[in-house]
Amino acid sequence: MCEEGCCIHLDIVVPNQTRYLGLIGNIAEQLARVLDGYSGDRDALAYHLNLVLTEAMVNAIEHCPENQPRKTVRVCIYIADKELNIHVHDQGQGFDLDAVPAPDFDDPCERGRGIFLIRTLMDTVAYRKTDNGNVLEMYKKLE
Amino acid sequence: MQIATAKHDGKTVLSLKEERLDAHNSSDLRDQILKLLENGDTQLIVDLAGVRFIDSSGLGALLSGYKNASLRSGSFVLAGLQPRVQSMFELTRLHRVFDIYPSVEGALNKA
Repeated sequence: MCEEGCCIHLDIVVPNQTRYLGLIGNIAEQLARVLDGYSGDRDALAYHLNLVLTEAMVNAIEHCPENQPRKTVRVCIYIADKELNIHVHDQGQGFDLDAVPAPDFDDPCERGRGIFLIRTLMDTVAYRKTDNGNVLEMYKKLE
Repeated sequence: MQIATAKHDGKTVLSLKEERLDAHNSSDLRDQILKLLENGDTQLIVDLAGVRFIDSSGLGALLSGYKNASLRSGSFVLAGLQPRVQSMFELTRLHRVFDIYPSVEGALNKA
């Protein structure tokens, strides 16, 4: 994907409000379009990055107990050596990623697909506590 | 959420005038659909031709519309899905729930 020695590192902080979903999603799409040497379906990658970042940011907003404008979501995207790492930091109380059930396809609910979509589209997903909240870590190999 | 509504032979077509249907505007869509149903418009066609991006919240809002229409013995069908949007329905298996038509005309002409 990158030429030797090339990497992309984005560090973005926005208020934890859904009005910024489009901004973060558009950045993700543009990122997919400027990757050097990516041989896969670039349009699909653009949509998928938009989606996982949208879902992760919504997750961060929803798990923040006090939905105050001064709270923020930090999105870090790091690409190097055909590897994509996305970290979405939140300042909420967090949740148990392992306790999130898969959706029931035979009796679909209105909610509960966000983590499923992230897990489906990324290779590895983890959620852990940090000194200042929590971070959702998503990794994908880019071929 | 910008939505244009039009009536055709007792069916109501909702054309979404947003490129993104996500957690920022999906609750508005859910509310507007419920309001139509409560006003007696129970034959709904949602035109998604202008929607380039949908997330899980958008899918949930449409599923809410489908369930609420079904409770009222109405119909709730989708039309004009762009390929990437269609792929989200397939990924979440929701294409098995909804009747999906290539265009509004096709949905209006269904048997």
